[in-house]
Amino acid sequence: MNRFSIARPGSVAEAVREVTTHPAAKFIAGGTNLVDLMKYDVERPTHVVDLSRLPGLNTIEETGEGGLRLGALVSNTAAAYDERVKERYPLLSSALLAGATPQLRNAATMGGNLLQRTRCYYFYDAATPCNKRQPGTGCPAKDGVNRIHAILGTSEHCIATHPSDMCVALAALEAVVKVAGPQGERSIPMADFHRLPGNMPEKDTNLHGDEIILAIELPEPRFGKNHTYLKLRDRLSYAFALVSVAAALEMDGEKVVEARIALGGVAHKPWRVPEAEEMLRGKAAGREAFSAVADRILQGAQGYGGNSFKIELAHRAIIRALSQAAAGTPQSQTDKRIQ
Amino acid sequence: MADLDLPLRQGFAPDAGISQALPDDIPITLTINGERRELHVRPWTTLLDLLREDLSLYGTKKGCDHGQCGSCTVLIDGQRMNSCLALAVTKDGCEVTTIEGLAAPDGTLHPMQEAFIEHDAFQCGYCTPGQICSAVGLLKEGHARTPEEIREMMSGNICRCGAYTNIVDAIEDVMAKEGAK
Ligand SMILES: Cc1cc2nc3c(=O)[nH]c(=O)nc-3n(C[C@H](O)[C@H](O)[C@H](O)COP(=O)(O)OP(=O)(O)OC[C@H]3O[C@@H](n4cnc5c(N)ncnc54)[C@H](O)[C@@H]3O)c2cc1C
Ligand code: SF4
Ligand code: FES
Ligand code: FES
Repeated sequence: MNRFSIARPGSVAEAVREVTTHPAAKFIAGGTNLVDLMKYDVERPTHVVDLSRLPGLNTIEETGEGGLRLGALVSNTAAAYDERVKERYPLLSSALLAGATPQLRNAATMGGNLLQRTRCYYFYDAATPCNKRQPGTGCPAKDGVNRIHAILGTSEHCIATHPSDMCVALAALEAVVKVAGPQGERSIPMADFHRLPGNMPEKDTNLHGDEIILAIELPEPRFGKNHTYLKLRDRLSYAFALVSVAAALEMDGEKVVEARIALGGVAHKPWRVPEAEEMLRGKAAGREAFSAVADRILQGAQGYGGNSFKIELAHRAIIRALSQAAAGTPQSQTDKRIQ
Repeated sequence: MADLDLPLRQGFAPDAGISQALPDDIPITLTINGERRELHVRPWTTLLDLLREDLSLYGTKKGCDHGQCGSCTVLIDGQRMNSCLALAVTKDGCEVTTIEGLAAPDGTLHPMQEAFIEHDAFQCGYCTPGQICSAVGLLKEGHARTPEEIREMMSGNICRCGAYTNIVDAIEDVMAKEGAK
């Protein structure tokens, strides 16, 4: 790990000032991603700004518009087991519990989870080239080991995935990220928070370097009953998703009124295709409709050898997740048998 | 004297962080196993390295140093966490309980320690301090009831010897006894 100075600000304004005055500064929350990457010399901040002392960012509150505001420093555990989250946004609770392990979730925060970086093997190995870690050096994953890599929205410069489970649920729930910077506060809808790699894979998100995440706001709940988070991985627990699907439906009897579908493990951001969701409006829930939706979501999907299996896996996962959601039988995150 | 170019201290300098405050060191207070300690730590020292290298509390083990094995699990303010990924400075003011702090002052073992012995829940023992701290955390959380739930909620602790079945038995046993009280 490189050497760095540390600041322990007591207010958001002070925290923002710390990163604006130090060019190579990084915030630290739970540390479960940043410290890991610093030990591999992938992240080398010269100044680290500890957010743990900031007041007001560790609470879950009503928004006044029927939604919930989850402070950036709320732990993944606290959010997953919060009664209001469990009751009104069970999809989010489920996705949080599908991620990492209890001890990691106890430390991991909402803000840190949003900004966790890819698990691409080459990104992690400072001895290899990688456009994301060192722009312009190339992307060895394209012709290398790419079992965990993206099949959608890739560019010739990077085929990495965003590894978060939580973010997939947040995308389906159309959450909004509240941030503050030197210019004041702004809101970023989940759909615009993470970006595709394009020709700037070093940029994971549209957050500016001097901005701090304050909270995640969830809109008024709609999908309390018909939802699921289906996560497929190489071992049953303590592993990142190869493919995951967050599905949320509003049903009227057998008919779908409204659908939200987001995929994890397949792209540089949670993958949503609003036109595919539209296709389900007014349709009878069933394999035929779900399969057509899966075709549409995966339109243009491209494999790179090691990850080509994901195209068929994702197709099946979408159908299965929509069936689980329609039936009101969400995937258990304890009993991993897939019904 | 700043020592910006020195590699991270390893091994043979117990208590160096406490007795000589270097200019880069940050004063923090931690309550470790019930004892309040005023410490000076470097910003990059993890809680795991502080415990082992500076405070000679070797019970907490370093397996992967990257959050992937759970052998470094300790309780921070009662919650289980991976000490390898926590910078010690960020835990200023916290209460830390390690395997050394679980037994009563008179040496009576914690029920979870007793149960691990009773059920033969380890072989080489390397993962055991982490397993036991994790299990104590799990019990406190109260989200696991069935063996299946215990397995899922203990998945953050890898055991290379494969003592899993007996670990689950030990935890179930303590859970049953606590429930009976
Ligand atoms: C072994 C292992 C397995 C894992 N498995 C999974 C999994 O299966 N699924 C999953 O989803 N995740 C998994 N994770 C990742 C875990 O969820 C993230 O590490 C965690 O959510 C990061 O949160 P943190 O608070 O620890 O972030 P930190 O490490 O503190 O920070 C991460 C990044 O976010 C920035 N940051 C943090 N807070 C803010 C803020 N408020 N404003 C601006 N910037 C901020 C930091 O500067 C840093 O760049 C795993 C991690 C490990 C180590
Ligand atoms: S996929 Fe992206 S992160 Fe991985 S090696 Fe290529 S450029 Fe780097
Ligand atoms: S040493 Fe911390 S998880 Fe392995
Ligand atoms: S007892 Fe040997 S690793 Fe668990």
